[in-house]
Amino acid sequence: MVLHTVKKVYYPSKVPPFAPQVVPYQGEGVTVRRQEVVGYNGDEAVALAVKQSKVDVVAAYPITPQTIIVERFSEYVADGEVDTEFVCLESEHSAASASIGASLTGARVFTATASQGLALMHEVLYTASGLRCPIVMAVANRALSAPLNIHNDRSDMMGSRDCGWIQIYAENSQEAYDWTIQAFKIAENTTVQLPVTVNFDGFVISHAMETINTLADEDVTGFLPSRKPIFTIDPEHPVTVGSLFLQEYYFEIKRQQEEALQKSAEVVDQVAKEYCALSGREYGILETCGMEDAEAAILCMGSTAGTARSVMRKMRAEGKKVGLIKLWLYRPFPVEEIISALGNVKALAIMDMALSFGAPVGALCSDIATILQLRGNNLKIFDVIYGLGGRDIRPAEIEGIFNEALSVAQTGIVKESVKYVGVRE
Amino acid sequence: MVLSLKELSSEELYAPGHRLCAGCGPSISARMALKGSRGPLVVSNATGCIEVSTTVFPYTAWRVPWVHSLFENAAATATGMEAGFKALTKKGLPNKHIDVIALGGDGGTFDIGLQALSGALERGQDFVYICYDNEAYMNTGIQRSGGTPLGAATTTSPAGKKIPGKQEYKKDLLGICIAHNIKYAATASIGFPNDYITKVRKGIEVEGPAMIHVLAPCPLGWRSEPSNTIKLAKLAVQTTIFPLYEVENGKYKLTMKIKNPIPVEEYLKLQGRFSHLFRPEFKNVLEAIRQGAKERWERILGLCGESS
Amino acid sequence: MTEDEKPLGERMKLPWRQMPIGGTAFQPGSSTEYKTGDWRIIKKPVIDHKRCIMCLLCWIFCPDVSITRSPDQVEIDYYHCKGCGICSAECPVRCISMVEE
Repeated sequence: MVLHTVKKVYYPSKVPPFAPQVVPYQGEGVTVRRQEVVGYNGDEAVALAVKQSKVDVVAAYPITPQTIIVERFSEYVADGEVDTEFVCLESEHSAASASIGASLTGARVFTATASQGLALMHEVLYTASGLRCPIVMAVANRALSAPLNIHNDRSDMMGSRDCGWIQIYAENSQEAYDWTIQAFKIAENTTVQLPVTVNFDGFVISHAMETINTLADEDVTGFLPSRKPIFTIDPEHPVTVGSLFLQEYYFEIKRQQEEALQKSAEVVDQVAKEYCALSGREYGILETCGMEDAEAAILCMGSTAGTARSVMRKMRAEGKKVGLIKLWLYRPFPVEEIISALGNVKALAIMDMALSFGAPVGALCSDIATILQLRGNNLKIFDVIYGLGGRDIRPAEIEGIFNEALSVAQTGIVKESVKYVGVRE
Repeated sequence: MVLSLKELSSEELYAPGHRLCAGCGPSISARMALKGSRGPLVVSNATGCIEVSTTVFPYTAWRVPWVHSLFENAAATATGMEAGFKALTKKGLPNKHIDVIALGGDGGTFDIGLQALSGALERGQDFVYICYDNEAYMNTGIQRSGGTPLGAATTTSPAGKKIPGKQEYKKDLLGICIAHNIKYAATASIGFPNDYITKVRKGIEVEGPAMIHVLAPCPLGWRSEPSNTIKLAKLAVQTTIFPLYEVENGKYKLTMKIKNPIPVEEYLKLQGRFSHLFRPEFKNVLEAIRQGAKERWERILGLCGESS
Repeated sequence: MTEDEKPLGERMKLPWRQMPIGGTAFQPGSSTEYKTGDWRIIKKPVIDHKRCIMCLLCWIFCPDVSITRSPDQVEIDYYHCKGCGICSAECPVRCISMVEE
């Protein structure tokens, strides 16, 4: 089994917990391109990445907290800085549908959404992946109604997690910028040909100003040449797309699609390596911190990792052997990489920022429990449901989770398989 | 300009061997639409009878690029196609203009796809939307739609002992489209191919959105003889139930003058879906249909500057 | 029957790795291969060419693209004709009759 790049952040990390890595990379044999440091929020960073990726068509529809992306992009259009066809649709459903139509012409396509918008797109998401359209979509993760809430959790993407898209989670604005550029290269790879979502936490990332390193336009162009589609709706070679597939044919198409999605992890890994050579920023399937000797660990995604890393530093100073696994790639689920990253850890807390109503545990925990069972691994785990509707997860709470995991590691007893953190009891 | 049949290309962009019913009106509407094409084109097709029956994998009746994505998004998918071609043309690929045609049934247009259509018309997308109207959800087994006329029996508006079929008039789809101030909008009937095909061509030639609402009888759902499909398509016009007119740059024009309208019963009695209306207790519905047709006809005549 | 002689529908029952990406159909107009002529129940249309005036109405009205057109004649394609009878009903000189098969 091939294991893909797992970035290890060695403890103690020189990188301050919340700040992006602005220090130019000095890796061996790597010439990193010169970059400009700018102050952007996550949405603006994504808009810049889309501009630099020379996207042919942007299909837009506003929704908080994604809106800044399309607002900023429309400024690029209005100022003549891009050649992109910018179409403001009348709903997210239509934005996603137009993305499919445009993608089939051979164009590079971007759209963005969040929350209800993603839910409205739900059926279109399946069509985009089923028709193998390499669309890139930014999702500024936000809670789902009702009751109405515009703030961050991941109910939106978790509700559509089976839609056949590659799903990446970014920790901060820098990662949102970097992953957006990489996402086009991953999606458009001829062996992949699948849509990609770049997820980042609404407001926490989308609206928070950070310093980010940005590549020069020509460097992005060099990294990401024009799309080379494997087929298009060209009148000279007419194709029929979206036929009726009856019982004798449908299953094979879905099996093929699943294989493409599972195999896409290799491409994600390869693209991350190439991107590292350009930017000096290491990406891959997942990131670990302190897992070499950790007894208890947290597995999380997105901005939570930043808080967890800072808590780790404090706890490590107190001699507590805690570790962290942060997933970048959520779909396809990186089974081998996670199993390998777990090392000798004895207890693992899984951080679910979404409820999976009526399920035994949250979605992420469910995946982890499954892979542990499949590997005959008896690691003690418990699920943490947190952060719903933008409820902050505080360092003290993360410390509590680490301590709980340490206690489970010591006693071997999981008191609560699902722990709600941050809710008033 | 009216295209004559002899001028039309004998090249068939729409192939035989599809699985639509014998005597299918929508099938005729799709084939005729392609006869109005002027060059390279792509089709965005909403879910429906035509979509399902012409593309039973691995077979396809289409010799032009054809895309089906979902039910309600034919206009949005067409929007994306147009934007994609536009963007690629800026880069020199493709090097020719490609026309975009969207096809949807009455369910996919009057009802579930109306929002996407309205959006595309408002944005001024350069495409032709053709709504082939067979007046119910035939693909799912004849359920009422916003396009189903008053009194018609469908499986969700059955002719019961008390309620005689659909209780509402047909939605004025073209009126809605015209209200978007698009450059070209027209009704058509497959019974009058020259008129229909000419209108499709006009719609294609207009820069910006064009809307064609074409009546396409369905023998299955209308419970009519398959051989009567064209006859019904003509009668709908000749009885003034379905007036043929066009609106070009805001100017209304009646494209089929009806001097002596045929009584609506002649149209209704050939269709099983209206048979219950000939029972004495439902005479009032028959009268309402007659009255509704008369009012619509007079309104359209007025808009077209014609006198009755 | 060799592999090539099998109908397209059979030939395309492929292992999943060999199926066309995204279920795209790459053979335009392939439905032509599919026989719908056996849908005819009782009658088939027959053209009396002597009386035909080549108005092309049967050609344009055929829902099944089953009337082919050459410069001086129209012919019925019985491989696809479903026997709906529209051509016969609409012929202005009544030169197409529906004949029992």
